[in-house]
Amino acid sequence: MTEHDIIIIGGGPAGLAAAVAARKAGITDILILERDEFLGGILNQCIHNGFGLHTFKEELTGPEYAARFIQMVEEEHIPYLLNTMVLDINSNKEVTIINKESGLTIIKARAIILAMGCRERPRGALNIPGYRPAGIYSAGTAQRFVNMEGKTVGKEVAILGSGDIGLIMARRMTLEGAKVKVVAELMPYSGGLKRNIVQCLDDYGIPLKLSHTVIAIEGKDRLTGITLAQVDENRKPISGTEEYISCDTLLLSVGLLPENELSEGAGVDLNPVTSGPFVDDRLETSTKGIFACGNVLHVHDLVDYVSEEASLAGVSAAAFLKEGQKKYADMVEIAAEHGVRYTVPQRLDKEHMEDQITVRFRVADVYQDRYISVYYDGERVSHKKKRVLAPGEMEQVILKKENLKDYPDLKKIVICTEVE
Amino acid sequence: MKEMYYDAAIIGGGVIGCAIARELARYDMKICVAEREEDVCSGTTKANSAIVHAGYDASPGSLKARFNLEGNRMMEELSKELDFPFIRNGSLVLCLDEEDLPNLQALLEKGVNNGVEGLTILSGDEVRAIEPNVTDQVVGALYAPTGGIVCPFGLNIALAENACDNGVEFFLNTEILGIEKTTEGFDLKTPDSIIHAKFVINAAGVYADQFHNMVSEKTLTIIPRKGDYLLLDKQAGAHVNHTIFQLPGKMGKGVLVTKTVHGNLLIGPSATDVESKEDVRTTADELTEITKKAAYVVKDIPFRKVITSFSGLRAHEVGGDFVIGEVLDAPGFFDAAGIESPGLTSAPAIGVYVAELVAKKADAKKRADFNGVRKGIVHPEKLTIEERGNLIKEDPRYGTIICRCEGVSEGEIVDSITRTLGAVSLDGVKRRVRAGMGRCQAGFCGPKTIEILARETNRAPEDICKNRPGSNMLKKEEKGAANDRA
Repeated sequence: MTEHDIIIIGGGPAGLAAAVAARKAGITDILILERDEFLGGILNQCIHNGFGLHTFKEELTGPEYAARFIQMVEEEHIPYLLNTMVLDINSNKEVTIINKESGLTIIKARAIILAMGCRERPRGALNIPGYRPAGIYSAGTAQRFVNMEGKTVGKEVAILGSGDIGLIMARRMTLEGAKVKVVAELMPYSGGLKRNIVQCLDDYGIPLKLSHTVIAIEGKDRLTGITLAQVDENRKPISGTEEYISCDTLLLSVGLLPENELSEGAGVDLNPVTSGPFVDDRLETSTKGIFACGNVLHVHDLVDYVSEEASLAGVSAAAFLKEGQKKYADMVEIAAEHGVRYTVPQRLDKEHMEDQITVRFRVADVYQDRYISVYYDGERVSHKKKRVLAPGEMEQVILKKENLKDYPDLKKIVICTEVE
Repeated sequence: MKEMYYDAAIIGGGVIGCAIARELARYDMKICVAEREEDVCSGTTKANSAIVHAGYDASPGSLKARFNLEGNRMMEELSKELDFPFIRNGSLVLCLDEEDLPNLQALLEKGVNNGVEGLTILSGDEVRAIEPNVTDQVVGALYAPTGGIVCPFGLNIALAENACDNGVEFFLNTEILGIEKTTEGFDLKTPDSIIHAKFVINAAGVYADQFHNMVSEKTLTIIPRKGDYLLLDKQAGAHVNHTIFQLPGKMGKGVLVTKTVHGNLLIGPSATDVESKEDVRTTADELTEITKKAAYVVKDIPFRKVITSFSGLRAHEVGGDFVIGEVLDAPGFFDAAGIESPGLTSAPAIGVYVAELVAKKADAKKRADFNGVRKGIVHPEKLTIEERGNLIKEDPRYGTIICRCEGVSEGEIVDSITRTLGAVSLDGVKRRVRAGMGRCQAGFCGPKTIEILARETNRAPEDICKNRPGSNMLKKEEKGAANDRA
């Protein structure tokens, strides 16, 4: 069985950034495993711009952003396998892979970085009733058809869900000559970035109907139309608000799910809120030596933050290999409370932590003029007012090691929202 | 108008039509199957509970009871001969109320009467010991060790392939528009041909009454009875081991909760009589109803893991039993009608029975060259690492995974398209190899499967359909349309 210092599962933005960071931290024996025929992951189909403002201080398209990292991987001579699917990872860090060249093989890693990304929730997960005709796509699948295969998925389009891919595809389909009739969102607020609502819907006169959902799907062969209805505060359709919209295509942008089936095989504990692994401040999962970053850890809005997070995973995996089996100190719990849905990481090793760590989180609802507060064992240590907080925009707080020194017996850090 | 001549024409390529076709292929006859859709297994057979019933439920003396028992006994052997998935996982009928226990006993007695073997009544604790997720309210259950689960696609398609390999001709996309009695037999009109057949076998599912009534004064009435289902991710498949039924009680008939042969969890069906024989719409009310009923008998079902919902139509004949045999006032015309539950279980036995009737009437002799063995598409997960490595060495396409959720390789997909009666649609591929059947529901593999289908069948991707013609996945690009592809 061949063995590598670090195996990285996934050659998208997270895997690439993790590989580069691990290499710069001195690890030479790294292998990236990618199931698709190119590196770059989902960025390859994101041909719109808006990537890289934080990382490169310029606005790039998805493929351009990916190309920067692919170039770094090439320059560092980091090996990778394409068209290679990982079938299994176990807690001994043995990875079963399959590809055309070597068939089915098992390779071993001293450390693993999980960077498999996420998938879209399909129609079935929503239980939208009605027929099951052709013409219903998740937004990302339609994006692949249009941007990578050069195909036309439909002419008259309705979009359910206002996640960022749905918003981007509303604009993209319009530019392709399709008529995008409506974007309907179950929640009373959009799940996407404000800038995408402005640039992809408002600029093209596409209506966004909040608190609306699809209650029927018509068409036995190809989709012929949908029925929209307004929903009440319990998200139940309100009788009398039904509206029929004829369309040949329904795109779904109703949520992304981290793809952690492999992680579970390796004994990694998952957070039911994020569907991603529980991690500490070094992004190490509950299985020692297995780290996670990017959308497999929690779904991000911006690739720039994926790269930053993945670099930390790369550095942490390198440190893990150099330190050997370090003694794990007692962990401080990081808890999400009062309007904060989750945090990443969820625990902190304050003895071995970096000088500062970024805790990322999402809020549970749209809030105006609320404070984000941080408590150390009940003592409020930070209290910052935000004009608007929305579930679609990831937030962060920075925790500094020097501040934590003053709390030697600290057990729990709470991150919450407060009205005052 | 093309004219064709057959000894026997079978209407319907569902599990019943194909079971009859495969059994009739044992005889020296010229046989065809006419199927309205683009593929076999496209009606009632594609959307049902996938259960091999033990046989305690059918009324003693009914055709349902007879063929259920016979079909159940045949299934294991047949699954080996034709290489389709079947598991005898046993079934449990739960009783939730002390007052209903006599009904459980009555069900056992009915089953014994029908000839079902191994039936026993378990106490509530005994049930919970073997099935920890059933509700605490269970006071007893009827345990039927002969109950099983089957892949309905696998069974139907295997029967069709084996029939085809033994000389039965299949006409797909071929709707029968009318039937006329002639001195020689029957003329079946299709949009572009006339099929002259000495004998006709009516296995047309929910439409069997229409065909029967074209030749007989003694009419049949088939009511489409719709059932909605929820299918959960494989991560939920081990939630129960047996097929869990519920004794009819205060909550009505109840729904079943079962693992499938592929390890998913299946919940359903509802039962709603609908007017249209095409009405396979799921409804919010029915999906809610089956969710509630399932949660009432099985604890902690992870409904967050639902990956799809679907509905199917049962062909319920108002007489309540299967209608099988030669039509009295239309000699040479054979019905296999009203085949609702336990129709899937009964299919192999109905196939043998009807084929014998027809062959006897035709005075046909058995062929010496019939080969009843069919080799299915390779199941890579059943191979050892070495075997799988060798397979990939021989054909590298088995090393390229197309459907990540179900782990389906390009080699399997190509085989599903190029083999006997191969898939022509995305659903056809899905039913043969499960590409697109998993948790992402073809989100990732859909584009690749379309590309492979187009390549292997020499069509444009825009011509690839989800299922029947008209269900095209992509639109043809119009000249002059705005196009700013980067």
